[in-house]
Amino acid sequence: MKEYAYFPGCSLEKIALSYHLSTIETSKKVGVELKELEDWNCCGATAYFHVDELLAYTLCARNLAMAEQENLDLVAPCSACYKNSYFTNLHLKEDPDLADHINFALAEDNLHFSGNIAVKHLIEVFAQDVGPEEISTKVSKPLDGLKVAPYYGCQILRPRKDNEEVEQAEFFEDLLSAIGAEPVPYALKLCCCGGSLILTSRRAALSMVRNLLQNAMDSGAALIATACPLCQVNLECYQSQVNQEFGTQFSMPVMYFTQLLGLAFGIPAKRLGIGKELVSATPLSSYIK
Amino acid sequence: MSEKVGVYICHCGTNIAGVVDVEAVAKWAGKELENVVISRDYKFMCSSLGQEMIEGDITKEGLTRVVVAACSPHLHEKTFRRACANAGLNPYLCQMASIREQVSWVVEDKEAATEKAKAMIAAAVNRVQLHEELEPTVVPVNPNTIVVGAGIAGIQASLELADAGHVVYLVEREPSIGGHMAQFDKTFPTLDCAACILTPKMSDVGAHPNINLLSYSEVEEISGYVGNFTARIKKKTRYVNEEACTGCGICIEKCPKRVLDDVFEAGLGMRKAIYRPFPQAVPNIPVIDRENCIYYKTGKCKACQLFCPTEAIAFEQEDTYIDINVGNVILATGFDLFDCKTIPQYGYGRLANVFTSLEFERMCNATGPTEGKIVLRDGVTEPKSVVIVHCVGSRDQRFNPYCSSICCMAALKFGHLVMERTDAEVYSCYIDMRTPSKGYEEFYNRLLEEGMHFIRGKVAEVTDAPRFPGEESKLIVQVEDTLIGKQRRIPVDMVVLMAALQPRYDARDVGLKFGISCSMEGWFTERHPKLDPVATMTEGIFIAGVAQGPKDIPAAVGQGAAAAARVQGMITAGEVLIEPIVATIHEEKCSGCRICNTLCPFNAIEFLEDKEVSYINAALCKGCGTCVAACPAQAITGAHYSNEQIFAEIEGILFDVTSGGDLKALRAEQERVPA
Repeated sequence: MKEYAYFPGCSLEKIALSYHLSTIETSKKVGVELKELEDWNCCGATAYFHVDELLAYTLCARNLAMAEQENLDLVAPCSACYKNSYFTNLHLKEDPDLADHINFALAEDNLHFSGNIAVKHLIEVFAQDVGPEEISTKVSKPLDGLKVAPYYGCQILRPRKDNEEVEQAEFFEDLLSAIGAEPVPYALKLCCCGGSLILTSRRAALSMVRNLLQNAMDSGAALIATACPLCQVNLECYQSQVNQEFGTQFSMPVMYFTQLLGLAFGIPAKRLGIGKELVSATPLSSYIK
Repeated sequence: MSEKVGVYICHCGTNIAGVVDVEAVAKWAGKELENVVISRDYKFMCSSLGQEMIEGDITKEGLTRVVVAACSPHLHEKTFRRACANAGLNPYLCQMASIREQVSWVVEDKEAATEKAKAMIAAAVNRVQLHEELEPTVVPVNPNTIVVGAGIAGIQASLELADAGHVVYLVEREPSIGGHMAQFDKTFPTLDCAACILTPKMSDVGAHPNINLLSYSEVEEISGYVGNFTARIKKKTRYVNEEACTGCGICIEKCPKRVLDDVFEAGLGMRKAIYRPFPQAVPNIPVIDRENCIYYKTGKCKACQLFCPTEAIAFEQEDTYIDINVGNVILATGFDLFDCKTIPQYGYGRLANVFTSLEFERMCNATGPTEGKIVLRDGVTEPKSVVIVHCVGSRDQRFNPYCSSICCMAALKFGHLVMERTDAEVYSCYIDMRTPSKGYEEFYNRLLEEGMHFIRGKVAEVTDAPRFPGEESKLIVQVEDTLIGKQRRIPVDMVVLMAALQPRYDARDVGLKFGISCSMEGWFTERHPKLDPVATMTEGIFIAGVAQGPKDIPAAVGQGAAAAARVQGMITAGEVLIEPIVATIHEEKCSGCRICNTLCPFNAIEFLEDKEVSYINAALCKGCGTCVAACPAQAITGAHYSNEQIFAEIEGILFDVTSGGDLKALRAEQERVPA
């Protein structure tokens, strides 16, 4: 049993509840225990770092300090939570002066950041810590023949860390192959979904979503798999608006990778939050029993 | 007996005198420094008048030591040593103090500069008194030369030497000579065909009585020193008897096994399992590719043997070794191309119609896989539009920071060929257009007039995901056009990536083998970037062509000829003087630990098994001092760099120039201070 400190983030409480449910169900199956941080707080999302960097660091550092108390690596299923926590961890380790400032604030809460844990995205835990080989041994109902577009989005891999391969990552594909699905070559797999652009520049954001949907459809995918609640919302919830705006007729389901894993592990669809989609997951119907 | 030291301070025009108070320094040195009997300053010490002044003082005043405070010893040490020798003083009894490079050019404050100059001179005066007379060794030069690498630079060097009547061993790793140039179609800017100008030189090499061509061979080992190297050459087996083969080619015709040729044809064409890289190969002897030969895999076939009219096929042949003695070495080992797959966003290897520059070069070649037709990967469709991407792997901090220097011109050449042979629109996406040689800018202007489109900007990505109408089933090149300040998406049929030139993958190992160094990127380092571009820091080892750094054909040919000229100079002189500034091992102190053996960067130290001590070959030693510092038993001394000499120099540097006081008092005071 591998243990991690689990930081679900705000979206998984409500709009991405199915991601939360499927994460809990699938992680148990592969021997991963996610201990939810008590009293975790928001990561600051996309906006806060541009408003007040010091306070934004403090927000993230508080979660990190709590995970440090448990002596567990922090896992975030949301790409924005992951990116903010990861870079806070990195920058505070590199800049002792900044860490001193933050620790002054954390002391009020009897917390202290020392930088001795790692921050991971949920998909890293599955794809790397557990690994596709181990995952394939848990599969009881392989998703044979299901063509899936693996959508990484941008924040899992960017900004570039260490020397990892950001332009041509393959781990999502490996994960999908491990459960019997067929990952399609998806040229825009690393392109941005628009993030929160929909609030400020609607047409530009819708055009970005349209490109992603079009490319997935052209590559023959039956559905898109994602590892981020914001990507999921942009690609699924705005599909009808894309169709209205551009006269297209997309009906492309956008599922969390954990939901697909869960189905392959034989977990009932309901417990994975399947059935709550805006774009119906019909291509999955033959795999749901 | 105390020494009589003469001190000479150079003004170097205003270079030194503008900052350092040279007259005051001269006066001070004559008065304050022990054993200095003459101290003079002069406008240009390196001029013949300056040299004559030193010579005169040696003869008339009986100077036994000379200190010249001027520029760096790199520039004029030889000059002043020669002046001493002219007057009968051993040249190694002269020492220079670098008060230009290390003082007047770097210290702004005049007073501080003057004081620093005094300290430097005090150091030299102190040191020179402990110098010993040294004599260079004279060794004969073997007139034969080994040239490694038979691309255009190595071919040129070999022909120059052979035509001058000297024996050359030309060693080439591939089955044929010719190098990269043999793969090209046209050469910029004149567009003459590469084969037309190269193959006559190749056959000259093959037929020359003075050239021993060792193709499909590699230098396995080299030992010795300038004038007297011994090299062991490994002749890889071709499984074809070279004496018996007539080069008729029937074996190739009859061989049933077709193999993808990813060396000469850059993966675009096929060859047989027994093959010669191209029809004009020199020597015209095929080679069996053992990995792919049906006989070696299954024990059956032997078609080549069956049909060979001269019974030249020799399946049992093995590698052979030849030892040769030479006086000099020319390394012209060329380059590798950057692997375009390293930049996945450009799609090479993933998107079919993205080509590398070498693939495109083969495609344009009339004897290449498409017989000169410019077509897409399907082999039939002519492209309607082509983007040529510059600087793929060059001028990029992530890969190679340098400019590969030939790609802009090659891209222009490609543009011309595309427009000549198809109706396609051609775009060049460049960072800066670099066309610096004779006739190059004119060629660029010609392409502008011919209608090639130039977009200044680094390509972000090449994708097959359409976004706008007109982009379907095209390659879309996303690039910022920095001249109009806009992002552009250019839908095209074909993309050509101008791959960077890189040092050979094994350049560092080759450098180590021959005792020469590489730059940070891995290019062989020349002795001086401007004034000695084909010599190296190791005597008798010369370099030519792209192995020294990216360059085009004219420059590679120029270097090949230059290296040959340098070697001819050595051969004509017949003997070479070897610097006596070398390290020696005192056998009685040596414990035989062999630490120094591996540390020596020039492979000058060997272990004498019978005596169980290490021995330094004076001809190879460069006097770098690494072994001297490393020896745990202090059994090694470096001539001209003994501990005493160095400590004397340090004491001089620490001389308190402001007090004007004497060194003895200073030393006594230091000793009083408890440690």
